[in-house]
Amino acid sequence: MAIPHGKLPGWADYGLLPLINVIVAFSVSGLVVLLAGESPVRAASLLVEGAFGSGQNIAYTLYYATSFIFTGLAVAVAFHGGLFNIGGEGQAYVGGLGVALVCLWLDTLVPWWITFPVAILGAALAGAAWAFIPAILQAKRGSHVVITTIMFNFIAASLMVYLLVGPLKPAGQMAPQTRTFFEGGQLPKLNWMLEAFGFTIRSSPLNISFLLALVCAFLVWILIWRTRLGYEIRTQGHSPKAARYAGIGEARIVVITMLISGALAGMMALNPVMGDTNRLQLDFVTGAGFVGIAVALMGRSHPAGIVPAAILFGMLYQGGAEIAFMMPNISRDMIVIIQGLVILFAGALEHMFRPWLAAAFASVSPRSVGLGRTGREGA
Amino acid sequence: MEVVTFFAQVFDSTIRLSIPLLFACLAGLFSERAGVFDIGLEGKMLAAAFAGAAMAAVYGNPWLGLMAAIVVSTAFALVHGFASITNRGNQIVSGVAINFIAAGATVILGQAWFMQGGRTPSLTGDQRFTAITLPFASELRGVPIIGEIYSVVLSGHSILVYIAFFMVFFSWWVLFRTRFGLRLRAVGENPAAVDTAGISVAWLRYRAVICTGILCGFAGAYLSMSIGAGFVKDMTAGRGFIALAALIFAKWRPGPAMLACLLFGFLDAISIRLQGTPLPMVGRVPAQFLQALPYVLTVVLLAGFIGRAIPPRAGGVPYVKER
Repeated sequence: MAIPHGKLPGWADYGLLPLINVIVAFSVSGLVVLLAGESPVRAASLLVEGAFGSGQNIAYTLYYATSFIFTGLAVAVAFHGGLFNIGGEGQAYVGGLGVALVCLWLDTLVPWWITFPVAILGAALAGAAWAFIPAILQAKRGSHVVITTIMFNFIAASLMVYLLVGPLKPAGQMAPQTRTFFEGGQLPKLNWMLEAFGFTIRSSPLNISFLLALVCAFLVWILIWRTRLGYEIRTQGHSPKAARYAGIGEARIVVITMLISGALAGMMALNPVMGDTNRLQLDFVTGAGFVGIAVALMGRSHPAGIVPAAILFGMLYQGGAEIAFMMPNISRDMIVIIQGLVILFAGALEHMFRPWLAAAFASVSPRSVGLGRTGREGA
Repeated sequence: MEVVTFFAQVFDSTIRLSIPLLFACLAGLFSERAGVFDIGLEGKMLAAAFAGAAMAAVYGNPWLGLMAAIVVSTAFALVHGFASITNRGNQIVSGVAINFIAAGATVILGQAWFMQGGRTPSLTGDQRFTAITLPFASELRGVPIIGEIYSVVLSGHSILVYIAFFMVFFSWWVLFRTRFGLRLRAVGENPAAVDTAGISVAWLRYRAVICTGILCGFAGAYLSMSIGAGFVKDMTAGRGFIALAALIFAKWRPGPAMLACLLFGFLDAISIRLQGTPLPMVGRVPAQFLQALPYVLTVVLLAGFIGRAIPPRAGGVPYVKER
């Protein structure tokens, strides 16, 4: 879509404007805190304290961030192809099935470092498979991927309940979950990494899939900006018409983009299932698939933006627990509001401040917005 | 006779369960016919359910609650309108945002105001919309089949149920028999033509979005003040999305929308009824299968395997006057 109204210098377009949007989102969140009868300033300080106050807290923050990096990347890849994958939640859920099946199969046979790559493959395949049907339906039958992926979230929820209260549950157990994986199905923790920086950590769920998430972020950057396929995906996203003239197969790109997106969402399951609880539980995704939308929008669909945005949301999740403990009126649902406001201001209203900002730039320094005497193109 | 009673009860709960879908579905109809996609039906319904229950709990009057529900839901609808009409933002993104804001805000404010873990106090007696017994319902009960249908299925619902069915007719009349409706549909198909005729596209779409807000307000009020007695966290439970599915299923028409909502309500009712009981011939159907059925049906429909669902042509596209 064409960017409406004024032109801005590059740094304002990619740095300042998103920053303003996020600040507005957080200010409105502060108003909600005020409405609930608590001090926003104290909430903010509790949040930061809760997220970064100790090595333990940092580890938890990064643990949550790991999931959000995966789902954020998943949404971002689809965005580049002009697709809106709301199905990250369902794809991650089904990805958990892939992880669990691999772990249940291999955990008594081989050590974790053999199980891990197979589990990555299992998660990615399961997530991609769940994205494949909406993708092929859009590519071949013209049904919109937004609606079908929403529907597939619900279908995934029903499917997983069915599997977890039925076939996957060990006999004689009440809770709807698989058996606990043995050592061969447990990812090693990353506590040593933070301890190397001088923190002490009793126990935390931060595990090696955090490093995998960072690797994936790098690979996504290479894919989107450094490969032929990435170029085709971006072309398709910017202008389907241009892509068609250039001979890029529209159906092929839609399917491939959604498969990559689904695979990334599916890999999110490694973090909680194999890294923390070591069993497949009901609703283990807990909204991480949707957080991915906020993360991708905030990070402007670039891995370099997605990783910090994911850490910010990890901070909200971990620090939010601290606030909930200290301020009984502010439960963890506060995060859901913040998430919504970030999506609103950084996504739907992303251009709201643009005309205003452009006018400000034009009056302070006309040259920066391409109005200078030299008549050069704006930077 | 037992079969008749069984089906009368199932149809009775079918009506109860399909009413929120019906209101929400008609709500979506107005917005999407005007070219504004709305996946925020869920959030508006939830916010309305909370506002209604909170108001009714404090002031003890369900009609005041309904007003509050409509006002809050319309406010959310206007935010969606501001983002997608005035700011030409992505309508899907805006809808997602509204769903999250409503999901979080209802619980936070509920906890802060009522201190009951995010729920509102239970509504009792007159604080809810109570059941209306249609005339002669008890007298006709003895009449076989017809009496059963009249007294069990049709009678004994709250006023909102009858309003919902009236709204189906009313929406049809507004959309297909008034000037406003014609323009509204035109703006969803070809806004440039409407603009050329000297009619404001933005104002027309805003009015459509307001209609959506009002109807979502009814849907939420029904959930928390008629079928339920008070607000509980996430009480919409995906109904906004089923309503969206029903809307697509009905190919964006009011009459079929009612049938689609009744069908999805029936699936819901039957899945509650059949939990654990084996069916003749088929054997035991897992409840999850029936729960997933509306979504599966919608996907199949969207894929064009049963008929073709073609959305309003300008749906999801912000209107830019100057090119």
